[in-house]
Amino acid sequence: MSDTFLLDGEEVPFAPGQSVLQAALAAGRYIPHLCYHPEFKPHGSCKVCTVRIGRRTAASCTLPAQAGLEVESDCDEMNDLRRTLVQMLFAEGNHFCPSCEKSGNCMLQALGADLGVLTAGFRHFFPNRPVDASHPDILLDFNRCILCELCVRASCEVDEKCVFALSGRGIDKHLVVNAASGRLADTDIALSDKAVEVCPVGVILKKRVGFATPIGERRYDRRPISAQALDDAPRTAQNASVRE
Amino acid sequence: MSTHEPRKVRIATTSLAGCFGCHMSILDIDERLFALLEHVEFDRTPLTDIKHCGPCDIGLVEGGICNAENVHVLREFRRNCKILVAVGACAVTGGLPAQRNHLDLADCLQEVYVTEISLASGMIPNDPELPLPLDKVHPLHEVVKVDYFLPGCPPSADTIWKFLTDLLAGRTPHLGAELIRYD
Repeated sequence: MSDTFLLDGEEVPFAPGQSVLQAALAAGRYIPHLCYHPEFKPHGSCKVCTVRIGRRTAASCTLPAQAGLEVESDCDEMNDLRRTLVQMLFAEGNHFCPSCEKSGNCMLQALGADLGVLTAGFRHFFPNRPVDASHPDILLDFNRCILCELCVRASCEVDEKCVFALSGRGIDKHLVVNAASGRLADTDIALSDKAVEVCPVGVILKKRVGFATPIGERRYDRRPISAQALDDAPRTAQNASVRE
Repeated sequence: MSTHEPRKVRIATTSLAGCFGCHMSILDIDERLFALLEHVEFDRTPLTDIKHCGPCDIGLVEGGICNAENVHVLREFRRNCKILVAVGACAVTGGLPAQRNHLDLADCLQEVYVTEISLASGMIPNDPELPLPLDKVHPLHEVVKVDYFLPGCPPSADTIWKFLTDLLAGRTPHLGAELIRYD
């Protein structure tokens, strides 16, 4: 019998080194999350997976599972905070779903719908973020970037190219590419790179395959993200460790 | 015994910086409109051609705010409607018209009415009856208090039906994840 912790009052088993989020997903229990990806080291930046442990809150993707932890996740307080985080992301970028090629495959959109977000609520920033269409095969639409760093992690850890990085701080933080010109065409990115696959929103798009799958027949059109995420999660206890 | 019919719920609708697609979605309720009409009557709406909104229970507003007239109409709706609803992506987020927000308004007008290649002798429209455009397009909640939001481009007829029937039954409207679409 492995150790267990309590998630919303129910026991969840875990293996040493697993995070609370990894153990929950492996046990078929969904905790909303956005910047976490089962194939990458947890990043802990979007805070959507925040849970309550006693009087503290913590991002469950970077919180090591420990025997006897009492974790609250599916409660009004946490879900209200998650909705606010998603609303702020929608207000900060230019997320115009009706014309976005990623609509239906977008994690931010799917998360918003699943959490019942009906409006960004805040005053929209409408920032000016020109697209980078310089590369013959890949389009970069910075308007939709949520700074999750998944492309940064994929390009460095898997592709070993480090094409992407985040630059600037606070509200000025933005995605950049590793070329003196600042243009994607002048990097060594390739269509087969992991970094091209991993964007949860509509920033990194392959050219000439847009809308090949019609709206209405896409990933999150068929199943809500809360069900899809459980299908995607490794069900064995031996996931990537939090403490690498 | 009195046989008074219960008072009908009075609804006003309008399209501001919208395309009337959300109104088409309202009509797409199809035969359920007959059931709806047993409980509601319409004030100002493109269906009645009434020009100004009187006291109403529900105001359904499509489209964002892109010019001075939009602001006047929206404020008239807010003054007169007990419940104001932002219907569709443009009312909720600014939508398609807001795609000009990162451009200079004068540049936009110049490009569309003067520089555009298909125009022989273009000019920026200056009729005094035309409402002045705002420098940015705004969603409704940046101008008045909005009580409910129906996202979608447009929200489906089923979404509008679920919302209205919840509201008419006195329930807090609840759209499940399957009826919440942003596209």
